[in-house]
Amino acid sequence: MTMAHTLIEKIIGNKVGHEVKPGDIVTADVDWCMIDDIMVPFAVQKFEEMGFTKVWDPDKVVLIYDHFLPATQTDDSRHFREGDAFAEKYGLKNVHRTDGICHQLMTEAGYVKPGDIAFGTDSHTVTYGCVGAFSTGIGYTEMAGILGTGQLWMKVPESIKVVVDGVLPSNVTSKDVILRIIGDLTASGATYQSLEFSGSTIDAMSVASRMTMSNMAVEAGAKCGVFAPDEKTCEYCNIPYDDSMKALRADEDAVYSRVLHYNAEELVPVMACPSLVDNIKPVSEVAGTKVDQVFLGSCTNGRLEDLQTAAAILKGKHIAPYLKMIVTPASRKIYREALADGTLEILSDAGAIITTPGCGLCCGRGGGILSDNEVVVATNNRNFLGRMGTSKVKIYLASPATAAATAIAGVITEA
Amino acid sequence: MGMTMAEKIIARAAGVECTKAGDIETVTLDKLMSNDGTTHLTIDMYNNKLKNPKIADVSKLVWIVDHNIPADSPKTAASQKKMRDFAKEHGITFYEGEGVCHQIMMENHVCPGELIFGADSHTCAYGALGAFGTGVGCTDYLYAMVTGTSWLLVPETIRFNLTGKLPEGVYARDLILTIIGKISANGANYKAMEFAGEGLHTLSMADRISVCNLCVEAGAKTALMEVDDIALDYLKEHGREPKACFKSDDDAVFSEVIDIDLSTIQPIVAKPHFVDNVVPASECYGVHIDEAFLGSCNNGRIEDLRAGAAVIKGKKVAPKVRFLVVPASRAVYKQAMQEGLLDIFMEAGAIVMNPNCSVCWGACQGVIGEGETLISTGTRNFKGRAGHKDSFVYLASAATVTASAIAGEITTADRV
Amino acid sequence: MSQSFTAKIWVLGDDIDTDIILPTEYLALKTVEDMKPYAFSPLRPELAGLIQPGDMIVAGKNFGCGSSREQAPEVVKALGISCVVAKSYARIFFRNAINNGLLLIENADLYDAVTEGDSATVTPGQKIEYNGKEYEIASLPENLLEILNAGGLVKAMRKRNGLEV
Repeated sequence: MTMAHTLIEKIIGNKVGHEVKPGDIVTADVDWCMIDDIMVPFAVQKFEEMGFTKVWDPDKVVLIYDHFLPATQTDDSRHFREGDAFAEKYGLKNVHRTDGICHQLMTEAGYVKPGDIAFGTDSHTVTYGCVGAFSTGIGYTEMAGILGTGQLWMKVPESIKVVVDGVLPSNVTSKDVILRIIGDLTASGATYQSLEFSGSTIDAMSVASRMTMSNMAVEAGAKCGVFAPDEKTCEYCNIPYDDSMKALRADEDAVYSRVLHYNAEELVPVMACPSLVDNIKPVSEVAGTKVDQVFLGSCTNGRLEDLQTAAAILKGKHIAPYLKMIVTPASRKIYREALADGTLEILSDAGAIITTPGCGLCCGRGGGILSDNEVVVATNNRNFLGRMGTSKVKIYLASPATAAATAIAGVITEA
Repeated sequence: MGMTMAEKIIARAAGVECTKAGDIETVTLDKLMSNDGTTHLTIDMYNNKLKNPKIADVSKLVWIVDHNIPADSPKTAASQKKMRDFAKEHGITFYEGEGVCHQIMMENHVCPGELIFGADSHTCAYGALGAFGTGVGCTDYLYAMVTGTSWLLVPETIRFNLTGKLPEGVYARDLILTIIGKISANGANYKAMEFAGEGLHTLSMADRISVCNLCVEAGAKTALMEVDDIALDYLKEHGREPKACFKSDDDAVFSEVIDIDLSTIQPIVAKPHFVDNVVPASECYGVHIDEAFLGSCNNGRIEDLRAGAAVIKGKKVAPKVRFLVVPASRAVYKQAMQEGLLDIFMEAGAIVMNPNCSVCWGACQGVIGEGETLISTGTRNFKGRAGHKDSFVYLASAATVTASAIAGEITTADRV
Repeated sequence: MSQSFTAKIWVLGDDIDTDIILPTEYLALKTVEDMKPYAFSPLRPELAGLIQPGDMIVAGKNFGCGSSREQAPEVVKALGISCVVAKSYARIFFRNAINNGLLLIENADLYDAVTEGDSATVTPGQKIEYNGKEYEIASLPENLLEILNAGGLVKAMRKRNGLEV
């Protein structure tokens, strides 16, 4: 008899061609692998040390330069050159040199589709769970192994089911939802496990909003964060919503290690307070804290709807005196869309500094680094000690709405 | 005896009837500009070296964060915080992330006839509005900040009489590079470079700023242009009135007079590693480039972006070239946005950045690596200026830079 | 794998993230040797200079959470750390450490008992002796032991490709 399966069990089972259950160790063929600019030279070095002479399938490898763009140090462009040389030597065609953040591009540019298995040399590779793919971050040595073999072993994870039902209050976004979930699970509460999101609130969300949630699954330690594909997903991925797509969802009686249930109406805007992602407090509790800088961007919240949310709040207003607001769209496509619909103009008129698409401040290599005792409210995914400057910088993670309201007031403010 | 423009402005600032080259005058400054390149050092001296420090006239100070914005390290962030906190405490006019300092000054502060110190060498750009702007170090700046005054050696003047009109596809950048090549990188040391003649009236404000801005690369103390209707219109558009529009007397004494026929100027490239190492652009055809930069106080204005956009519209940046497009100010950014230029650049694969000094300053954004080559509309091509000590910078006009970004090698707009 | 060794203990807390282990600023330095001085710098800037080859780290829960940067376990290994004993590990760090031959031991109790500067004796796969008390440790799953025994994933792959290891 057939067992009931969670979504991740189905995705992995489909790929390996047999039923799987949590704890099984399986070796899967990889659909996509993504290497970002920081890790390129290291992955290349390991690949060559391993003695491979060809990449298993050059069309399935994507190189993306995003952390070092624009370059702030003289050695940064070496990573681009080594990536280009590797691409040329092994026939890789998928190289994005200035198009935006890797995790945005892997679905936006049409690579990862529902049901795929993807690995990337960056922990936020979990993002592609937004379209119902299994994706997770690995180190450059494992990446080198995949480049040579096209395969990777994995342990089938247990799943935690997260159900959100109802209608979110107008000032609560998917960022608040995932922050609340991480606060409840703690930063290690989902280690080795798959977070599976469902419920009417999730159904009503855009793919972009879901991306914010899958992106941050790793902050609870999860191996992945997955959403069953629906019509919106298929439209985003430019594929038909057919029976194979409809089948990519958990069985009713699937077994979970834990189930969390939220009523959307009860959720409030929250922030991750310094310096742990699970140090979650309602915005109202920290309201009034003086802020030096606001950052809107990253693979978590640098999408068009995030910029539009902020623009709606900032329209006709100006950011507080002596405060800086940095806006970094997640991709070239998003930048152009925000140019076309007037969003960037509203943000610029409000006093925001609009930078070129890339990881920007989130990866701590530029884009608005801070100094001792400064406070930043940021829409990205991590507030670790020293992430955006010295270890005396205080980082609060928040939604684009909270970030925009805070930028106007100059102190932490609920939208 | 007649006086030059430079002598007249200094006489006014010194409160004397007349002065002449070689005199030393004590002057009252009209404005004092400083940016995040050095302001933190000025503040340290103010706080630590002076007894009972005070600012003579805070309304004359303009402080601008433009070099490392957004900050790229805790160190630059700390310098900026020091500057921001001090500006806030003392009520100093303060800009952060609004654009390159000289562009901000031209758009908002500079008036004809003024004497302005800037703690940045390219302060000579203000001559485009008939103001005497000159770069100073932070010690001179601090003295002027606390006393309101300074001393100046009245410079001799080299007069450039411009005739004719630049040919199609040739820009002010080509003109000033030609001039620097002609008189050399120290050809105007301590001197003022004055531009006049009917040819001047054919140059837009953007052209004029570009010409004056680069005069320091010939060693000039300042650059000056007669104020005409084009300059007055610019001033009016930006809501300001002239203080005093000076022009040199017919019998003023110049150290040298050079006639330039604008119609003879051709596209020029300054090769590594000196600004006066100029050749016709055609001599550099085929030089491989890794990065191209359109921006800076020299060529980041709307006219420059229009010139670049006209070249690249419907084309693509070469696959491995990083083409940085950096508007010189928020106003330029907005204008370029509204005219659709930013989208033309983004569609072509360029990297459009926030207004700042960018790679012209060689830090923060777009730094180049070992062995790499940059073609730039920035101000300098000194060794290591744009990043690694073993890298190469070529200077050229917005059109030439954009054409090169498309080709992946140095070329001119007529060839892409 | 079962050779026991005695090591001096450095104690770190819960949730030691990869930005603490090695900040992004130093990730792109050319070699791991270049990165060594900056290990743990946001939290304890002096620590990298104090660690001696053979020392061990004892930490709380969720060690290595955050980024997939493999420089993190590599730099810990390069400092000469003989093993890390933590209450739990973040999964990417765990895989990366195994792939680089850095011994990780999971133990729920040792962290609450130890004092920095003391020594403990570790017998991999079996136990840790500290202050007269024994702490049991579990053996690793077989597929991981294979990688560890090969001396890391690079060597395992070289073997697969028929090259000298």
